Amino acid sequence: MSRSPLSVSRFRTIFFGFWLSVIIDGVFVLHWYEPGWDLSVAVIDSIISCVVLFIFCLPLMTTLRYYTPKQKNYVNVFIWCVFIIAAWLITIRWLLQLVLGNNEGYPEFLHRSLVVRASIGFFLTGCIALAFMIWYNWEEQRENETRKQDAEKFAKEAELFKLRQQMQPHFLFNSLNSINALIGSRPEEARKMVQQLSDFLRGTIKKEETQWVSLKEELQYLQLYLDIERVRFGNRLSTLIESEITTDQMKLPALLLQPLVENAIKFGLYDTTGEIQIRVKASAEGNTLALKVENPFDPETSSSNQGTGFGLKSVQRRLYLLFGRNDLLATEAKENIFTTVVKIPQSVVQKQ
Amino acid sequence: MKVIIIDDEPLARSIVKEYLQKHPELELVQECNDGLEGLKAIQQQQPDLIFLDIQMPKINGFEMLELLDHPPAVIFTTAFDEYAIKAFDTHAIDYLLKPFSQERFDKAVEKLLVQKNIPAEKSTQELLETASHSPAQSQRIVVKNGSKIKIIPVQEIFYLEAADDYVKIHTKEGYFLKNKTMNHFEQILDMQHFVRSHRSYMINIQQVTRIDPYEKDNHIAILRSGAKVPVSRNGYIRLRQVLGL
Repeated sequence: MSRSPLSVSRFRTIFFGFWLSVIIDGVFVLHWYEPGWDLSVAVIDSIISCVVLFIFCLPLMTTLRYYTPKQKNYVNVFIWCVFIIAAWLITIRWLLQLVLGNNEGYPEFLHRSLVVRASIGFFLTGCIALAFMIWYNWEEQRENETRKQDAEKFAKEAELFKLRQQMQPHFLFNSLNSINALIGSRPEEARKMVQQLSDFLRGTIKKEETQWVSLKEELQYLQLYLDIERVRFGNRLSTLIESEITTDQMKLPALLLQPLVENAIKFGLYDTTGEIQIRVKASAEGNTLALKVENPFDPETSSSNQGTGFGLKSVQRRLYLLFGRNDLLATEAKENIFTTVVKIPQSVVQKQ
Repeated sequence: MKVIIIDDEPLARSIVKEYLQKHPELELVQECNDGLEGLKAIQQQQPDLIFLDIQMPKINGFEMLELLDHPPAVIFTTAFDEYAIKAFDTHAIDYLLKPFSQERFDKAVEKLLVQKNIPAEKSTQELLETASHSPAQSQRIVVKNGSKIKIIPVQEIFYLEAADDYVKIHTKEGYFLKNKTMNHFEQILDMQHFVRSHRSYMINIQQVTRIDPYEKDNHIAILRSGAKVPVSRNGYIRLRQVLGL
């Protein structure tokens, strides 16, 4: 339910200020109209009229809070106002007659002024109804907006979590298969690989909870992954990682680099038959961290969009969700080298 | 029985080799790193059984089998692969999910020995037919061109033309023959990009530059390469549908 505007102090001040000014204005008008009377007559008349009108308006204001009319129901509000004014007129006529009736000429004046009072009262009630309707409409819209934003934020978080989590089951099962093979022939190495795989998995689980990590951390984690892949693919796979010292403490989304490299390894290994080298290069371009991953491919047999496998799509989506930009990931196929470049603007990272 | 192992991971091959030691009736004649090497080895050695990984360099396990005229009995060794497993379930061929135990391995070998009288070639062909419908398989087409293997990404196909028991795949490098039917291609290719314009023709719509009327009720599609492809009455309706006309 919407807040009542009277619970907002600024609005409350304006509201009561409005009524006060209406009362004072009433005093001036009455006194100017019939200067022969004592000022107290004008003051009492104005106070009684306004206070009664205020009391009659209360149910209108409360109702509008629970029932905000939509377009075609505005006529209902109009009818309401008419009823309020009628009841108000009857009440003040009786009250004023009772209190001020003994002043000379007042009853006649009261009788004559009813039409003017009715139109002024109607105008005031209309203004109040309008102000409240605008307020509640605006309130409702604001609430919808917040709800929508909350829903979007929630969906975004969930999606980011899922994207971070998508470890390729292939990798896990193939690694286990390698361990299985090593147990028979080289148990020492099997033990080492179990250790590496555990560290890698632990890193994945831990990092699912954090959003941002330093490049240094991510590179250490990448190293674990590469060690395992090298056991799997033996001599076919070699890697070269270069990073400028200035980039060590630069931040990037957790678990972003590893899928990029995984994609490059797959693309490289499955597209060519010989030995391949995967190069990872991190550099600082002003306040932006640039990560470059290169893998060889065979331009004759692979289609130009083959490199944009699932890994890259998920990285692209994550970058979009985090930065609201689609231009942070770029790929290039030149001769027989496929290059993926990801840029992480540090200014955005620091804000988050 | 002669056996060949085809897997791109050395340790994955070594575990099969180790498990094979319990089966003296199976003689390991060769180990291969990838599908192309496997293809050559199978043609030379004529093995009775192969252990085959699916995800491999250059051409995958399915594509390799497709290129064989007489595929041997196959036991797939693969990591988790949902679509592939579905394909296997209905066929005599067995599959081993990595990592697998010696017991599971023995069972697969036993199953094969029991079913020895079922022609391996037939069940392998059936399997390939099922497996080729999976989305991952329809990105490219592998053909044999003499002794050379040609991998054609589907978007580089201009059009397909039926020719007896074969389909001619027209590309910028001329055409390649594939021992399949038009219906097969109609099933594996994405119907948003390929349209059967005629009983004997299928067009890559990216290549169409113009569709002209041709004789009564018929049309002809002019491709970027300048090739003219017949369009039948029904084909014209389908083309208009896909092109949103």
